[in-house]
Amino acid sequence: MPSNKSVSDAPITQFVNCRILRDHSLQREDLWVREGKILNPEKLFFDEQGFADHKVDCGNKIIAPGFIDVQINGGYGVDFSQVTSDIKGGVALVARRILEHGVTSFCPTLVTSPPAIYKQVIPEVTLTDGGEEGAGVLGLHLEGPFISLEKRGAHPPQFLCSFEEGGMPDLLKIYGELENVAIVTMAPELANSGQAIRDLVRRGITVSLGHSMADLSKAEEAVQHGATFITHLFNAMLPFHHRDPGIVGLLTSDRLPADRTVYYGMIADGIHTHPAALRIAHRAHPAGLVLVTDAVPAMGLPAGRHTLGQQDIHIEGLHACVAGTTTLSGSIATMDMCVRHFRQVSGCTVEEALEAASLHPAQLLGISHRKGTLDYGTDADFVILDDTLTVRETYIAGHLVWRK
Amino acid sequence: MKLIILSDYDEASEWAAKYIKNRINRFSPTPDKFFTLGLPTGSTPLGCYKKLIEYYKKGEISFQYVKTFNMDEYVGLPRDHPESYHSFMWNNFFKHIDIRSENAHILDGNAPDLLKECQSFEDEIKSAGGIDLFIGGIGPDGHIAFNEPGSSLVSRTRVKTLAMDTILANARFFDGDLSKVPTMALTVGVGTVMDAREVMILITGAHKAFALYKAIEEGVNHMWTVSAFQQHPQTIFICDEDATQELRVKTVKYFKGMMHVHNKLVEEP
Repeated sequence: MPSNKSVSDAPITQFVNCRILRDHSLQREDLWVREGKILNPEKLFFDEQGFADHKVDCGNKIIAPGFIDVQINGGYGVDFSQVTSDIKGGVALVARRILEHGVTSFCPTLVTSPPAIYKQVIPEVTLTDGGEEGAGVLGLHLEGPFISLEKRGAHPPQFLCSFEEGGMPDLLKIYGELENVAIVTMAPELANSGQAIRDLVRRGITVSLGHSMADLSKAEEAVQHGATFITHLFNAMLPFHHRDPGIVGLLTSDRLPADRTVYYGMIADGIHTHPAALRIAHRAHPAGLVLVTDAVPAMGLPAGRHTLGQQDIHIEGLHACVAGTTTLSGSIATMDMCVRHFRQVSGCTVEEALEAASLHPAQLLGISHRKGTLDYGTDADFVILDDTLTVRETYIAGHLVWRK
Repeated sequence: MKLIILSDYDEASEWAAKYIKNRINRFSPTPDKFFTLGLPTGSTPLGCYKKLIEYYKKGEISFQYVKTFNMDEYVGLPRDHPESYHSFMWNNFFKHIDIRSENAHILDGNAPDLLKECQSFEDEIKSAGGIDLFIGGIGPDGHIAFNEPGSSLVSRTRVKTLAMDTILANARFFDGDLSKVPTMALTVGVGTVMDAREVMILITGAHKAFALYKAIEEGVNHMWTVSAFQQHPQTIFICDEDATQELRVKTVKYFKGMMHVHNKLVEEP
């Protein structure tokens, strides 16, 4: 018999009577979990002569990989870009509360801030696997300040920067350190951005294009340097033009390195992106669609005036604007809402909607061997949903961490 | 010998599954008294397995105190290869029911010593008290398990080189590539199956009609190994109408006339 015999005394849980998302389709299979990992029951049966210690009846619900939010600015009154006496506590609060939205890991996102803020916040945000205390932290998403003045959106203009010293020195000067950073959003038209992209990618950091005036050729150049993501497609970039499609054109570009997938963040809250635009993006490049909430601190709070970074914003319904203007400043939609909205307006399959919140962000971050799928050997981070895609239960490492 | 003639594949599968359910339930297996089944692979028993799974899910049957012995397995094919009989049994039966792994026996085609593997399989059957009900299908050439035409009718579990017909027939499961088809298998012998207290053979489809004729209307012949069961005291052949096409009218009429008696075997207790 083939080897890979792994024997363990840890209890085994078998989730039965469910449909699980595996290999891009909902399959009527049981899900087996041991030691926080998804277990191959066939190997258990034949190699170890093992069996389940517990069975959990899922009532014919859907089991999908836990959602991964790679762009979330805060929520429940916590602003990751504000220095408080308890930065860790703020991240932990959001991490705990987003469990109910099916998010099992996330990238706390900092909008453009003065260097002092980065130097105080970045060291405080540490990577975690997640668990009963909250969703895991995959690393920070630093959105700015190396972005375009014209397309800054809600980012405060006085703190924008450029790569004056050739890339890495500028990054380190502003951010202080890059430990625990997962994603950097930048505008590729800034001088020396190519060197900065290469430096970041070499350190295993994902580079995203956004808040940018770049035309398509500049964007393609950035991808050739190693950029793999587009921050909230359509928002804070040149609008699609048929003679120069701009960054949006990356979705169908034929000038990208072979075997490279460009992913793009999509705020599917029904406000930041018109359903028709969402459909255009999805139909042009379904495999690259990554649902993000881009949630602001007011997510989870009642309507009214709140603070984001160095600015005040106003919340009404699902709209969050810079106070006194109509400039959108991030969304207050939750990840499960985005999944449902995306499914509803795009007419995509349940599988596609769920993978856009799990598999695709995991692939983007290069962690699909451990997160974002229900493949054998990966982390048992998953959600149980009903047929309306409402989250009923959230699990991290095989442990129930939230139940409706 | 009994010959059960049903109208089509689904009815034949359901009849077989009900019969197995009744046999197990009437046996009332306990931790000290296991029921022992011999099991086949292939497309013919699939419908029967589906029904048994359905009965298990409805709580009408349990395999907790059932031991199973599979007929055969390819040599040298990785255990988790999708065409291995381990994979077949896992995906089509075992993973759906409550059988314990230690009670499910399948020959290991990757064992370092194949002869020893075959002998220990025979020994395990013996120590399980023999097989209560051996279920089998047959090939169009009348082979049972991998006892190809010409196999000894008193053969035991052994390594067998597959007939070219069988290799060609299997090529469709290996991307149509003959070089990927295993050429050897471990199989129980005709004698191993003959030792079972009862044998059930499933035969469906017009392409098996000649084999059914050879099995029951002609003499015992090692070129049609399934014919050996003419000499077994408790054999039940289950077929569909299509498979009777080469039989004499007299044979078909006789056994159809018996159906009201045989159907009592599958009545709910």
